[in-house]
Amino acid sequence: MNRREFTQAMLAAGAAIPFSITRAVGQTRGGTLNTIIQPEPPLLVTAFNQQQPTLTLGGKIYESLLKYGADLKPMPGMAQSWEISPDGLTYTFKLFPNITFHDGKPMTSEDVVFSCMKVLTETHPRARQNFARVASAEAPDPLTVVFKLKQPFAPFLGCFDCTSAPIVPKHIYEGTDYRKNPLNDKAIGTGPFKLKEWVRGSHVHLVRHDGYYLKDQPYLDEIIYRIIPDSASRALALENGTVQLAQWTDVEFFDVQRFKAQKNLEVTTKGYEYFAPHQWLEMNNRIAPMNDKRFRQAVMHLIDRDALAKRVYFGSAKVATGPISSKTKFYDGKVKRYDYSIDKAKALLDEMGLKPDANGKRAEIKYIVPPYGESYQRAGEFFRQSFARVGIDLVLVGTDMAGWAEKVGNWDYEMTQNLLYQLGDPALGVSRTYVSSNIKKGILFSNTEGYSNPEVDRLFDEAAVTLDEAKRLELYSKVQQILVEDVPVAWTLELEYPIIYDKAFKNIVSTGIGSHETFGSVYKS
Amino acid sequence: MIRLGSAATIGLMALSRIAQLVAVILVIATFNFVLVQAAPGDPAQVMAGQSGASDPKLLEDLRREYGLDKPYAVQLASYLGRVVRLDLGYSYRQRRPVVDLILERLPATLLLTVTAFCLALLIGTTLGALAGLAAGSVLDTVFTVLSLVLYATPVFWLGLMLVLVFSVTLGWLPPFGYETINVKLAPLEHALDIAKHMIMPVTSLAAIYLAIYARLMRSSIIEVAQQDFIKTARAKGLSGPSIVVGHMLRNALVPVVTVAGMQAGALVGGAVVIETVFAWPGLGRLTFDALLQRDYPVLLGIFLILSIVVIVLNLLTDLIYRLIDPRMTTGAA
Repeated sequence: MNRREFTQAMLAAGAAIPFSITRAVGQTRGGTLNTIIQPEPPLLVTAFNQQQPTLTLGGKIYESLLKYGADLKPMPGMAQSWEISPDGLTYTFKLFPNITFHDGKPMTSEDVVFSCMKVLTETHPRARQNFARVASAEAPDPLTVVFKLKQPFAPFLGCFDCTSAPIVPKHIYEGTDYRKNPLNDKAIGTGPFKLKEWVRGSHVHLVRHDGYYLKDQPYLDEIIYRIIPDSASRALALENGTVQLAQWTDVEFFDVQRFKAQKNLEVTTKGYEYFAPHQWLEMNNRIAPMNDKRFRQAVMHLIDRDALAKRVYFGSAKVATGPISSKTKFYDGKVKRYDYSIDKAKALLDEMGLKPDANGKRAEIKYIVPPYGESYQRAGEFFRQSFARVGIDLVLVGTDMAGWAEKVGNWDYEMTQNLLYQLGDPALGVSRTYVSSNIKKGILFSNTEGYSNPEVDRLFDEAAVTLDEAKRLELYSKVQQILVEDVPVAWTLELEYPIIYDKAFKNIVSTGIGSHETFGSVYKS
Repeated sequence: MIRLGSAATIGLMALSRIAQLVAVILVIATFNFVLVQAAPGDPAQVMAGQSGASDPKLLEDLRREYGLDKPYAVQLASYLGRVVRLDLGYSYRQRRPVVDLILERLPATLLLTVTAFCLALLIGTTLGALAGLAAGSVLDTVFTVLSLVLYATPVFWLGLMLVLVFSVTLGWLPPFGYETINVKLAPLEHALDIAKHMIMPVTSLAAIYLAIYARLMRSSIIEVAQQDFIKTARAKGLSGPSIVVGHMLRNALVPVVTVAGMQAGALVGGAVVIETVFAWPGLGRLTFDALLQRDYPVLLGIFLILSIVVIVLNLLTDLIYRLIDPRMTTGAA
């Protein structure tokens, strides 16, 4: 064998390697995935409850028309193809054939129209806003759905993930009180897994849906969601292999590092692109001194956000530069940057007249610590120390979930921390925090800080109905510049929740919605 | 005659207590209602807020659905009316009858707490009595230090340490849960499986109570041992064991029974920490979750049941007093 022949033989062998690997680790049927769900969801029907645990678990049971990749581009869900009319008003979806519900009845375009236009508009706040833009929805044949919009809505194609538009069976819900339907306990969807057993306080047991429409899927036989309320116990369960997957806040940020060192586990921060959790220090813009832009700018300067990411979130976060996450569309990285500078913060506070008294104290502000885990408490301590450096006494106030929701929703707070998902498009997940039309007392996750700027309202409104992506980018760049100058809230971090899983399981993260995915393609090697 | 008289007195007392029970329950139900409503937080807002999105229609729907839009007085009257009809209402969050939720969780909690309580009482009083009888000895010192350590150890920490040693390191015991999920076992195997799951939570829960009973029994025995009637018994020439069993233990048990009676009620609802650490599907966790969610019907239902349990246990404690110490029957005590 000469050198040339040897090289050719090696190349041929190299070409064969990927093929042989693919075969060797090809999708195999069978296996059980044990994972965690916390807190225990109140019910599993994602059309009626959109808490994160409900969506994680319900995502295996209920599907929608589309999925979204890590690049946020739509992928086939129950719709195998789709078309948009040139005027951006008509969306036509073609469904996969042979989709059945878990009770064996076929899923057709009638179910889609019924779910989107009847059920979700009644029970799902986000979907209600999205489908309010629809003038008519039709089912011309069992596999075709046509939505006609009142006016163009650029992110309409982004409204069909399993969390935003889950499809429920018309034959079960039509003519009933949806929320009180006795079959809610059965959770009948079209997903690759169906509910076998739910032992309250203990576990939820899902088994494969044999009539699933995608060939050979699902590969796993079953998924067991164990309800483990204590975070230390959850970490131990992952460590000793009792569970093979943890997601979202199952594991505290300070535990993540040690799992990176555990050889059988994979730790990734992928799979959250659609949600892009964005965190900020929320300041009630109605109250002095937070009603002064210079104060809010000073807050941006006085928090060492790099240190916050490293010390409180142990590197599982990236510094946020403005209202739009760098992980989603239309992010503008060229906006004004607020570097960590105590001097600049002090100068701004002096300029607005908030000068220190004889004891060096400028102000006292009550900070409500969100009751969502230890990281929030640690962040509160971090902020307290940061504010103390410029003479502001941040008084930490503890509360529980109900107290926090009531105080923030009713604007009865001075400062707190907040976090929202960006949902793949600023028109879906960002504008709601800043537009004046969303200042609604009593409504959590609206524009609770009370910021109002007619120009920002105009730009967000125009961008939502503009179909040209370049034009949208331009509009969102403008709005980001204004918001970063005005600082309605002090953006802190883009959180990077981990997904930690046993390496024996493949395809755990295959889209931008990560662990909310159906898991039909997950297999055990 | 004396015995019949005692029995009649006990019977009358029991009847009188039962009559009081109904009135007390209604007062407690009212008090619970006011207390729960006084806590800040709107259940509709919690439910809507947790969805990550909310709007006025959802809040309005939820408030109307659960009658939260009605005045407090109307809600209270409606609640008391249901209590009289033995209807505990419907869970806001879980959308199921409260009775079902409580009955579903009660067996697991009772299994955990009754086992822990009995073990703690039995072992604690035995160790306490031995230490008291041998006061000042090495045995006494060892028991005293041991009970002090157990008393000072936080329950959750002990639980986690047990998991770390016996589950993670040694792999002997399941780290959490009530039973092995997803396996079919014969009845005996199933019972053994549950027993295996119980070892660590029961040990963790029993530890602190064991320490309390041991310390209480020890000091009680030492105190009783110095009483005149013990000296009299000794002077009469009674043997050591008959003095201990017949005179000292019965008298020394009175304060232990008092404390145990008070704690038994708290145990039913107070296992929340252990139930959380060991993912035990019991009533404590249901209470905690309901509190966080402001799930008023569930909270009120649990409070009411616990109140009844406490009242019944107090009644039993009174009866046990009289069995231990007949002087109490005649009111001499």
